[in-house]
Amino acid sequence: MDLDFDVVDLGPADHPEEGDQAPEFTRPLVTDEYWEDVALSDLVEREDGPTVLVFHPMDGAFPATYVWKEITKRGWHADATVVGLSISTPYAHKDLIEERGLGDDYALYSDPAAAVAEEYDIAHELDGMAGVVEPRPAVFVLDSERTVEYAWVATEWPDFPDYDDVEAQLE
Amino acid sequence: MSDQPITFYRLQACPFCERVTRTLQDLGVDYRSRFVEPLHSERDVVKRLSGKRTVPAIVDENTGVTMSESANIVDYLQRTYGTNGDEQTGGMRTGGDA
Repeated sequence: MDLDFDVVDLGPADHPEEGDQAPEFTRPLVTDEYWEDVALSDLVEREDGPTVLVFHPMDGAFPATYVWKEITKRGWHADATVVGLSISTPYAHKDLIEERGLGDDYALYSDPAAAVAEEYDIAHELDGMAGVVEPRPAVFVLDSERTVEYAWVATEWPDFPDYDDVEAQLE
Repeated sequence: MSDQPITFYRLQACPFCERVTRTLQDLGVDYRSRFVEPLHSERDVVKRLSGKRTVPAIVDENTGVTMSESANIVDYLQRTYGTNGDEQTGGMRTGGDA
């Protein structure tokens, strides 16, 4: 059945690839109780095992809800340090953490100026929202030295990660 | 002077917190900020540490001190990290209502 459903082609992105070192950044990392500045390089060393960095659309948009529903259902926190990143403020992140029941299993980076998205070459200017830039949907799995073990960046909009692919990296 | 940064529980735009910020900066003391829930009743992280939900509150691992109330904190920081030579004269005071 042809639903005449159009996705927007975003074209290729010059993002970090497998084997590259993911760019360093420090941003407020929001937990269920507080937020504080946390460097990615510190985060990846906190626990044994990989770190999953999930760039997602702003909190409140349906893809943010979908992504976190899926990740919590799959329980990725058991195998990795899993953090989200969007342009939403820490206050909005606190609401998302509560609504999606992320508890202390997951945390969310806040990057309102989208400078991290620029740094990762995945910035996406939103049509119809003048001046608003956010990251394309993207997932990076990193080792404890920020080496990219898996990278997926949306080339169309909207698009969602291949959760099975990511999960295969965590085993 | 301090090995471990002081953990500073604060609320955005809270004048009492800004007073502590200014003191930390004036004394050149390392600190890391943790911004907490604006809603007083949900600040359980602060309550667990200091016994109260008020901010500002600090945890200083160098001396083992946890305290709240900005006047107490400023006083403690000046006594402990000030350059007047009278550091370590106290600092074990906790809580307080000033």
